[in-house]
Amino acid sequence: MAAASPCAEPAGRNKPDNTAFTQQRLPAWQPLLSAGTALPLFFCVGLACLALGLGLHFSSGTIRELELDYTGAPGSGHSCSRCANASRAAGAGAGACTCSLRFELPERFPGPVCLYYQLSNYYQNHRRYSVSRDNRQLSGDAAGLRSPATECSPFRTDPRGLPIAPCGAIANSRFNDTFALYHLANGTFHRVPLDNRGISWWTDSNIKFSNPALLNGTLEATFKGTAKPPNWPQAAYLLDSNPNNTGFINEDFIVWMRIAALPTFRKLYRRVREGNFSSGLPQGTYCLNITYNYPVLSFQGTKKVIFSTVSWMGGKNPFLGIVYLVFGSACILTGFVMLAVHIKFQQQNQMDVE
Amino acid sequence: MWTRMLQGGIAFPPGTSLPGVRNKVSEACNRTSSIPMLAHKRNRSYIYMKCKNRVLNSKCAGEEKRVGTRTVFVGHRPVSETDAYIEQKFCDNRIVSSKYTVWNFLPKNLFEQFRRIANFYFLIIFLVQVIVDTPTSPITSGLPLFFVIIVTAIKQGYEDWLRHRADKEVNKSSVFIVENAKQVKKHSEKIKVGDVVEVKADETFPCDLIFLASSNDDGICYVTTASLDGESNFKTHYAVRDTIGLRTDDDIDSLTATIECEQPQSDLYKFVGRINIYRSNQEPVARSLGPESLLLKGSTLKNTKKIYGVAVYTGMETKMALNYQGKSQKRSAVEKSINAFLMVYLCILVSKATVCTTLKYVWQSNPFNDEPWYNQKTKKERDAFKILRMFTDFLSFMVLFNFIIPVSMYVTVEMQKFLGSFFIAWDKEMYDEEIQEGALVNTSDLNEELGQVEYVFTDKTGTLTENSMKFIECCIDGHKYSSRMSEVDGFSHTDGPMTYYGKALKCREELFLRALCLCHTVQIKEGDNVDGLIVNQECSTYISSSPDEIALVKGAKKYGFTFLGHENDFMKVQNQKNEIEKYRLLHVLNFDPVRRRMSVIVKTSAGKFLLFCKGADSSIFPRVQQDEIQQTKVHVERNAMDGYRTLCVAFKELTQEDYKKIDGQLSEAKMALQDREEKMARIFDDIETDMHLIGATAVEDRLQEHAAETIEALQTAGMKVWVLTGDKMETAKSTCYASRLFQTNTELLELTAKTMGDSNRKEDRLHELLLEYHKKLLQDFSKNSGKLKRSWTVSQEYGLIVDGSTLSLILNPSQDSSSSNYKSIFLQICLKCAAVLCCRMAPLQKAQIVKMVKNTKGNPITLSVGDGANDVSMILEAHVGIGIKGKEGRQAARNSDYAVPRFKHLRKLLLGHGHLYYVRIAHLVQYFFYKNLCFILPQFLYQFFCGFSQQPLYDAAYLTMYNICFTSLPILAYSLLEQHINIETLTSDPRLYILYPLICLCYCPTNLWRMDTFLK
Repeated sequence: MAAASPCAEPAGRNKPDNTAFTQQRLPAWQPLLSAGTALPLFFCVGLACLALGLGLHFSSGTIRELELDYTGAPGSGHSCSRCANASRAAGAGAGACTCSLRFELPERFPGPVCLYYQLSNYYQNHRRYSVSRDNRQLSGDAAGLRSPATECSPFRTDPRGLPIAPCGAIANSRFNDTFALYHLANGTFHRVPLDNRGISWWTDSNIKFSNPALLNGTLEATFKGTAKPPNWPQAAYLLDSNPNNTGFINEDFIVWMRIAALPTFRKLYRRVREGNFSSGLPQGTYCLNITYNYPVLSFQGTKKVIFSTVSWMGGKNPFLGIVYLVFGSACILTGFVMLAVHIKFQQQNQMDVE
Repeated sequence: MWTRMLQGGIAFPPGTSLPGVRNKVSEACNRTSSIPMLAHKRNRSYIYMKCKNRVLNSKCAGEEKRVGTRTVFVGHRPVSETDAYIEQKFCDNRIVSSKYTVWNFLPKNLFEQFRRIANFYFLIIFLVQVIVDTPTSPITSGLPLFFVIIVTAIKQGYEDWLRHRADKEVNKSSVFIVENAKQVKKHSEKIKVGDVVEVKADETFPCDLIFLASSNDDGICYVTTASLDGESNFKTHYAVRDTIGLRTDDDIDSLTATIECEQPQSDLYKFVGRINIYRSNQEPVARSLGPESLLLKGSTLKNTKKIYGVAVYTGMETKMALNYQGKSQKRSAVEKSINAFLMVYLCILVSKATVCTTLKYVWQSNPFNDEPWYNQKTKKERDAFKILRMFTDFLSFMVLFNFIIPVSMYVTVEMQKFLGSFFIAWDKEMYDEEIQEGALVNTSDLNEELGQVEYVFTDKTGTLTENSMKFIECCIDGHKYSSRMSEVDGFSHTDGPMTYYGKALKCREELFLRALCLCHTVQIKEGDNVDGLIVNQECSTYISSSPDEIALVKGAKKYGFTFLGHENDFMKVQNQKNEIEKYRLLHVLNFDPVRRRMSVIVKTSAGKFLLFCKGADSSIFPRVQQDEIQQTKVHVERNAMDGYRTLCVAFKELTQEDYKKIDGQLSEAKMALQDREEKMARIFDDIETDMHLIGATAVEDRLQEHAAETIEALQTAGMKVWVLTGDKMETAKSTCYASRLFQTNTELLELTAKTMGDSNRKEDRLHELLLEYHKKLLQDFSKNSGKLKRSWTVSQEYGLIVDGSTLSLILNPSQDSSSSNYKSIFLQICLKCAAVLCCRMAPLQKAQIVKMVKNTKGNPITLSVGDGANDVSMILEAHVGIGIKGKEGRQAARNSDYAVPRFKHLRKLLLGHGHLYYVRIAHLVQYFFYKNLCFILPQFLYQFFCGFSQQPLYDAAYLTMYNICFTSLPILAYSLLEQHINIETLTSDPRLYILYPLICLCYCPTNLWRMDTFLK
């Protein structure tokens, strides 16, 4: 339509609000990168990374670590080869075989010293393996004890149909080598006390894992009507003589049940922090007695024992420090290059502007 | 210029429909179409046909070609005892615009949602997870899918509920139906075809009615169709002549009549019908019915106490309902690239799964890897077929990696577009004080297209110019009268001669002014006091569908002749001596764009019959005495050069006999049921001959504020601006110069009737010209392209002018000549010119041009901007259609994707908002793909460390929430608020518009650096 003269109407009927939000005028800040701001930034970040990298590198360097391979691969002439052969012949669940390993500690390991075992080429992270457990059963649920989850199969029930406790492939393949450490002092071997308390996660041992309620005051009665995992020599309630460390709350068992993310992994076995060795392991000759039960040759795996000290950053980890050092130096290098470019072309730029 | 006149009212581009018909129903529809979140149905018609009668269903749907007519019995009364009254079945008067019912909502909505590829894909993945043993639980993909589906369903359900409510409001509104001489109150939905309905003032018509009688003696009622086509002027409708007297319920009840009319069709301005009135002991009387006696559903009765009408079309068969078709949905180019991205990602996904599956079986070929003693398979696993196992493994990997497909991206993108469009509507700078309105967003889907426009097609009148006409000068018998110098009446003899150059005879002057006062369709809109016909009061204004007419009437007023309005059949004119002259208005030969002129036939009080005609010079000159043309022609051409819109005025005196003949012919033609328009046009043509030219008028149309600056900015921003206008070449050219589309140094290449020469050799001449121009441009172009690929200053700019007739010659060449490649040569010329002016364009030609450019190599993004009904076709055709909320009705604004009050707002819309949204959406989409690639790559690499056993790296909760909230909400906020460059900077430096799109889709921060340094 075309109206020759518009009639008066109330003003501002549909007028938009004049606010910072609706008019897109909210306060904002945008870093404008110029040589003046970018170059100092590069140098600062570079220096900070270098400092952090150096710190990490040196504290990682102070950590003492000793690795002992005791796989006993055939032909290696290792003292455990015999046991390895025996375990291979017998397969999983072979009878006990012991071997010992004599080694020198080249320097004093300040305490607390941790004793790890390391397996390689062992796929704890395999999906079929990692789901093969029943968390309900492990948390002490009575129903879970009697009827394990289907994920546990083929280690859910034994051939007689009795439910396996603890069920599943993870529990069944529990690491069952044991170690005893002796220190040669004054010509005699002294047993080094190994502390097995507090090696598992607090949440695991206190919340996720607990034994089922006792029947008649004994764990044995509680576990009655269940079968032991096929590879275990004895039932779960016989894992340890200490009632607070047996059954599902056995710390070695809990450590094993927390599966590793990568096929080569370490698990904490014991700590040295008691008796004469509370301040660490002195330099000298040691002997490690190994009860060799666990077969690894069948899947071309290796077994190692590791002695390691700890620092504020945990175990030995040279990688992190190196990454920081590399990144820091790259930053500084880039900074210098850009500084050179800046100085070289500054003149020209000004001329362009003029 | 004539094409524009009355277009709002009569001339409608053939083939264009009138989508945005607005009443309660369609408002609800409009609301939804402005909220296109997730609404990706191809077919977006919101009006679903529902007829009770199944047999008629196909007819209701309006798809089949209707044959024959329908017969309506007024008041359901049989015509005579002999004819059996056969009840015909028609639609009921229920409007159904909703899509769902309570019962079909769930299946229908789900079906529609799962037609989207992404949703369907996730459904499949979910089912795979349920059926096959997969690494992640079904929840991880089920929950996001569920979330997306629920959000969409809630939104669509809410919209449909609104539609239901609006439908109910319309359907349950009460109407009065005359039955057996009594008024019965009924719900609107109960109206049947043939019912006689009473409508009171300011009520909307409940269905399409044939106007039988009104409370006025003369059988006239006034109607405003503002909700139908946006014209708020009052239109006069005429009752059937023989039923005018039926002013009470009893009278109406005594009427026995049948109405034959065509089956429903969607053209609002066409209706052909016949009423047969049966009176006792008499031959039935037949009267023709035209659009003037059809009252359309959706329009409102004004200034009339009440009317009676008989329902002919009801419910979904009303013209309003037939007219509401969903706009064909425009899809954003970003969406297309998203789909391309998705395909790439799907390929990545499949290849990752394939690689992993292959490697898994390679790795497992070692038995100790496949099944070490500590990790034994179940019996079932061992027994499964290897192929089946491999397939399951493949599916498992697919499931594991499927988070690479961003499930929530569509939702986030649509949320961003929907919420982002508010910022456009909220923009204070795009608010116009005069019309009290800001920008309007009809489609938020295209926000980012605004930032990539390469071609701008603009209308001239009302878009570049104000479309507020000012009477500048006129010439009578070759003598020029100008009112420019002074505002005083320089016309009348008493005041003495002021600014005229030579003088025509007084009687000719008066004749000319009377012609201006009589030959128009202007009405007077009274203010609050209805009885006083005081024209000059503040709220009493001239209204017309064409601003030119108003300018002319006002111009005549300035010279002493004032049009005072209609009174019954008389037009009242106050002459220079303050006497009131009355003319009986006999016929109005309406304007149409083919004839490009209009006429009136009046009878003076002295009993003389006069025909006044005004129209474009090209349509008037051949119809007047040839010896009169010359003097006037000079003036017309000079005025056109000055950029004025010119009209020629002619008259003819008719004798009594002539008139009788004409009257007879016209009535006969009006009675015709078939081909009425053609017959009328033929008779009009016969009548408007041998006229006498009186003079010509010149009307100025000022350029809009900042139009030139805006065009300049758009050109600097790398857009090519084409002006497509129906105006004359000279007028358009001067506007182009004024708006700096053509610079003084622009070399103009013309392809117009003038350069074509005489009619015989047109094709050859066209061929020559095309080749010549092409060569010229090619040489120039190759010269330039050597220097710089994208230089902002080209040494020589070319402008092309082409007119409608030449264009049709190019686009539709005759068969014989070797002219098939005209089009491609023409296109190449066009694309190389800096500016193109197309004048004398029909609406459809405008759309043709847009389509031609749209489909060129590289598919440039096109934008059309216009304000009138004649721009609707090009607005719908272009990628982005912008409507100017102008003075020629709201059709352009309603059919557009965005509507702004003024042309200058285009600058901020494109350079500011468009640019920002383009960058924002680019970042949004790229971020979505980036984050998912980042997310899933470690997952893929981890497979190498877990024996390809599909072990997930992430926790299920993290997998689930990562896509639907952790990573989608922050980027949503970013994509709504980010301004990489200040809006002021963007709008003030248009060059940024070209720079950015170059780097946007392969965006990397170094470019940002470069641009910042450039800015400094």
